[in-house]
Amino acid sequence: MSTNIFKQEFGMHLRSVITWSVAIVAIMLLYFSIYPSFARDAELLSKMMARFPKELLNAFGLSGVDLSTLLGYFSFVYLYVQIMLAIQAANYGVGLVSIEEREWTADFLLTRPVARHQIMTSKLVAALTSMAITQAVVWISTFGCLTAFKGDKTFETDILVLLLLGLIVFQLFFLTVGLVISLLVRRVRSVTPYALALGLGLYVLSAFGDMLGESKFELLTPFKHFNPHYVVQHGAYDLPLVMISVAAIVISVVASYWLYLRRDIPAVA
Amino acid sequence: MSVIEASHLTKYYGKARGILDVSFQVEEGEIFGFIGPNGAGKSTTIRLFLSLIYPTSGTATIFGKDAIRYGPELRQEIGYLPSDVFYYERMKVIDLLSYSASFYNRDCTRRLHELAGLMELDLHRRIEDLSYGNKKKVGIVQGLLHQPRLLFLDEPTAGLDPLMQRKFFQLIQQENQRGVTVFFSSHILSEVQRLCNRVGIIKEGRIIEIADIHTLQQNNYKKVRVVADRLDPAYFDLPGVTGLEHHNGVVRFFFKGDINAVMRRIGEITVSDVTIEEPTLEEIFMHYYE
Repeated sequence: MSTNIFKQEFGMHLRSVITWSVAIVAIMLLYFSIYPSFARDAELLSKMMARFPKELLNAFGLSGVDLSTLLGYFSFVYLYVQIMLAIQAANYGVGLVSIEEREWTADFLLTRPVARHQIMTSKLVAALTSMAITQAVVWISTFGCLTAFKGDKTFETDILVLLLLGLIVFQLFFLTVGLVISLLVRRVRSVTPYALALGLGLYVLSAFGDMLGESKFELLTPFKHFNPHYVVQHGAYDLPLVMISVAAIVISVVASYWLYLRRDIPAVA
Repeated sequence: MSVIEASHLTKYYGKARGILDVSFQVEEGEIFGFIGPNGAGKSTTIRLFLSLIYPTSGTATIFGKDAIRYGPELRQEIGYLPSDVFYYERMKVIDLLSYSASFYNRDCTRRLHELAGLMELDLHRRIEDLSYGNKKKVGIVQGLLHQPRLLFLDEPTAGLDPLMQRKFFQLIQQENQRGVTVFFSSHILSEVQRLCNRVGIIKEGRIIEIADIHTLQQNNYKKVRVVADRLDPAYFDLPGVTGLEHHNGVVRFFFKGDINAVMRRIGEITVSDVTIEEPTLEEIFMHYYE
């Protein structure tokens, strides 16, 4: 790893880290500020929701959720945090090395006396650091919000920790899969469409899979691998599914290094 | 020991031809010109040496070491100036140059400021606000600030005004006098002629000639111009004559062979003017590409 590349990369992420962190804190505050009224009218709400089609509830992560409990409510907020973290991580992953080729700065960086694996590692560590900061913000704001808005209710801390730890692996999935996709295509013209397609696409797949009642999709999307309702209900991960995510991460990392070390850097024009 | 050596270097991009079976050597302290039209494979060759791309077959060595295997270590001593320069747009010039300097195992600060002064580069502007010519200057400083022993210049003068071009050439010559080996690719022959000791000519991916620049000019062709009244151009249609032209009593042609044959012909007629000179590289070059 090269500290100078790390510093440069981290500096480039800094603004995005702040933006995502602020957005996540804002959405948490927004949702949790209406929690007390939810909890008050829980019975009414449950009756109302029972009349909604099951598919719709599934799509919004509301099926089988008791919104009146703290963790039940949090697992509903969790979905939106997941979507944001997915897009952030996919954005870093897809852009990690492709941005240098898109802006033609790859020639500059790769003609410095540094090996490609060092470049890749430094960039990965910078992205991981940026994600770690965002994750820290998620942890702090989650505990902060739950404590501030819990009223007279309680929640199981160990399950909450399981949910939050899941987010780390969840984000790694999008970072590494985004990275390997960016290396499999000839040229990434713009990072955002890829990141949105990956982040939102897998969310839609998870929601859609529910609507169709089809369970095969759950193998593909980490939104299913880290389904908060499962964790809340069982007090544990759906381990086989989580292992799919872990395997995808490992394969993506190995493939990314392999591809990047052998890649022909395209010339300008 | 050769500083640069290409041995049967071949590169295909998928099915597209890059370069084919390219072999040559560049000795220490040389300025080697690499000439060819666009798409002939000049950049491909340079990018192979910098391990920006990998060869399909053949080897590239620098300072006697494999250019890919020892790439990171070798690049401590290599400076590269591409034809099109792109840098991190949001950085300031000084930050970019310091970033570049931070990769090398020596202190580059003094040389950085020296070069920036010489190229009249404003260090505190953002890259995105620079004109193309100024970005090019950043490229020059970036390529030289670590005092490399080997320089790859890929059509370096594009976008530089004539004054800066002259400064740039002086700079390259100074570097060369310090012992720096220069690999200079260009399609502008006059600049190659001005700077280089030896040239390689590449056409459609293959090297078609490698020669000392003076031999290339002297041994081959003479450019002859004869002015005389009522001159029949067929009079000079000797063996070894090419490109015979006649225009307003002026006959021009290229001649390869014993120059006395031409001298005798000229001696037998009354001429008002004669010049016999070495053709420019441009003219020799056109000959190769006919």
